[in-house]
Amino acid sequence: MSDTPDTKRDDHIVLDIQGMRVVVRTDAGHGPVLVDDVSLQLRRGEVIGLIGESGAGKSTIGLATMGYTRRDCHIVGGQIIFGDTDIRAITLEERRALRGPKIAYIAQSAAASFNPAHTLMEQVCEAAVRHGVMKPAEARSAAVALFRELDLPSPDTIGSRYPHQVSGGQLQRVMAAMAMVAKPDILIFDEPTTALDVTTQVECLAAFRKLIREHGTAALYITHDLAVVAQIADRIMVLRHGKMVEFGDSRQILQDPKEDYTRRLVRERIAGHQFTPQAEESEAPILQVDHVSASYPRKPRVIDDVSLAVRKGDTVAVVGESGSGKSTLARVITGLLPREAGDVRFDGESLPPRLKDRSIDQLRRAQMIYQMPDVALNPQHTLLETIGRPVAFYFRRSREEVRTRVVELLRQMDLPEHFITRKTSELSGGQKQRVSIARALAAEPELIICDEVTSALDQLVGEEILRLLKKLQDELGVAYLFITHDLGTVKRIANKVVVMLQGKVVASGETKAVFAPPYHPYTELLLSSVPEMRPEWLDEVLARRAAGAAATAALLRAP
Amino acid sequence: MRILGHKLTVTAQIGIAIVVINLFVALFAPLIAPFDQATPVGDAWADPSAQHWLGLDNLGRDLLSRLIYGARMSIGLSLIITALSFLIGVITGFSAAVIGGWVDQLLSRIVDLLLSMPTLIFAFVILSVLGSALPVLIVTIAILDSTKVFRLARSVAVTIVSLEFVEAARLRGEGWWWVVTREVLPNAIPPLTAEFGLRFCFTFLFIAALSFLGLGVQPPDADWGSMVKDYRDMINFGSAAPLYPAGAIAILTIGVNFVVDWMLAIHSRGQGEGA
Repeated sequence: MSDTPDTKRDDHIVLDIQGMRVVVRTDAGHGPVLVDDVSLQLRRGEVIGLIGESGAGKSTIGLATMGYTRRDCHIVGGQIIFGDTDIRAITLEERRALRGPKIAYIAQSAAASFNPAHTLMEQVCEAAVRHGVMKPAEARSAAVALFRELDLPSPDTIGSRYPHQVSGGQLQRVMAAMAMVAKPDILIFDEPTTALDVTTQVECLAAFRKLIREHGTAALYITHDLAVVAQIADRIMVLRHGKMVEFGDSRQILQDPKEDYTRRLVRERIAGHQFTPQAEESEAPILQVDHVSASYPRKPRVIDDVSLAVRKGDTVAVVGESGSGKSTLARVITGLLPREAGDVRFDGESLPPRLKDRSIDQLRRAQMIYQMPDVALNPQHTLLETIGRPVAFYFRRSREEVRTRVVELLRQMDLPEHFITRKTSELSGGQKQRVSIARALAAEPELIICDEVTSALDQLVGEEILRLLKKLQDELGVAYLFITHDLGTVKRIANKVVVMLQGKVVASGETKAVFAPPYHPYTELLLSSVPEMRPEWLDEVLARRAAGAAATAALLRAP
Repeated sequence: MRILGHKLTVTAQIGIAIVVINLFVALFAPLIAPFDQATPVGDAWADPSAQHWLGLDNLGRDLLSRLIYGARMSIGLSLIITALSFLIGVITGFSAAVIGGWVDQLLSRIVDLLLSMPTLIFAFVILSVLGSALPVLIVTIAILDSTKVFRLARSVAVTIVSLEFVEAARLRGEGWWWVVTREVLPNAIPPLTAEFGLRFCFTFLFIAALSFLGLGVQPPDADWGSMVKDYRDMINFGSAAPLYPAGAIAILTIGVNFVVDWMLAIHSRGQGEGA
């Protein structure tokens, strides 16, 4: 374990956390320890990145810094010294007075954090005015100045809009303005760009960094993405299961991690990849999508003239940002949304547009795995029911045969056999996703549509799932249609890729060819927006963008 | 004290005690009641005595025995009606949510129509026309009540249907019956159980109200609502006779509500899903 840099108690320290300990405590007694003996010192103008997977305790630390805990959690040990006051020692009222003017918080989902019934300006100014730090007029002019600094469009008038009238990336920046209005000493960023598309993430990261630098505010930056934190943090603390694993200078953590766990995190993030060889071209495609267009009732077209082909053993990735129509494409292929034009053929045979017109065997041959394993599995069903149902349904097997098959599938998924009687709600996220895969495989399909199957999972767990999918493909020859926004995943597992922008295919072909120059401009934009593990990356991207700013802007605005 | 791994609050304990005692009395009424409910055993309005703990009623029947038989009638009737209304309401509500489209529209509009009429007046008309035979009473109230169950069941199911495991079942090719019974129902049990308790109370009070108006349970059968009606004038003569059935109604209602509150609290706290 690396040593915390030895620091004297100097005036520059704005936050001093010593031996913080947070536990869950309910009527039923003591629960797990969420944060165990974590210490850090944050100096004026410094940014510390807190990194770890879900359950690492990073958000809990962020909240506890403000003297706040989630329901049933309690800070039971250590000191949280802010300026001269120990936040644990003061009353609830005094703590409340600190939040906003002194310590401010920026949450992951701005959309869920803003009240849709009030204008942005009202909400941005509310805390500062309520706490009596500023007069309404002062707060408003400070807000407008911040909107300008954060590169928001029409900074003078954007405040009169409502949250739904601005985009996700803009809202996230408005939230940063809200946190900054009262000029707090510490900002806590809790995964502020996780819910954003890669191209939007770049803008937000740049804006946040500018804000922090210009105001000299200290910040805790919580994220699970090492590459993101590399752009913004001076020091990085790696957390796991509530304990500190490693704490050090950003460059040292990224380039020369001391601990094994950190090394694994770093390695997975920059994992080199070999382009998967392509299936033999001579083979007829299993799935052929021909000039398909579709839209939701009374809405403009969501996908427009999309074509692609998937062969046996292929992994075809469909990439694009939110709103590009990639998930809609999956709904059209499965028949949940009937196509309006074009044709979808399976093994040369045209599939009826509507789900209910398709035969049981047509349904069996294409299965689907979802993004959120929590809602993709019925929480009340056992694994036997969940995985066994397709076996019983499609193949009319006896109870004994179903059980045998489920056990076999569990073994293939590296899940213990005794899980068979467990309810799906008792499993972890990664285990649930394995059950989803098992359920899909139980139908013995030729094609599996994977809709963002790793994006709700932790990095290392997601890696395991990808490896499992690859292994199954090698064994069974099943083809994948992989819908994702994560280009890293694409490079690693797909041999073909289809890039979608606003419902249209802008580039497609072998991954090697699409992801190599000469790029389609949008592919290049996507590729260049994926954060890299070098602190210089953001500066370089911004410099390059500034040079070609007009072209980039025109591309994103393209109809 | 714990039930199903959940701590019992004091009010929940009181509620459960009240409900259990009432159910016991209702089930074993003929064994517990000292006299027959319909046979006069003495003078009208005889005072309480060692033999007749609560005295005799307007026809000289034993009041305590009528109260005990009344429990059987009131509680039994409410249970049958509530169960029937849930059967109708849950099946139609779930089907509306799962099938959607015109089926949902049709069922929802029928329910709107029924809900737009004041229940008591509606029941009044039906019972006046068809007479107050028990089967008519049961079916009428059950259908009226099922509209409210439909509303709840539909909204609960709409939320569940939007989840991806239901989509997965549809993609597999499952029919609506499977989706309703295997995918939706198991996830809708907690809110429906709580609602069952509440609806039981409403039904119970509704029957009491109908009986009080003379359209509910018909003599000589005893039920608490009609007993209040029959004895109400005696309050002017200093007799406590109407207070016993009225009190019984109040206590059972409170007891069931305590239990329901406790169940709702458990439900809102979540079942502690594994992460």
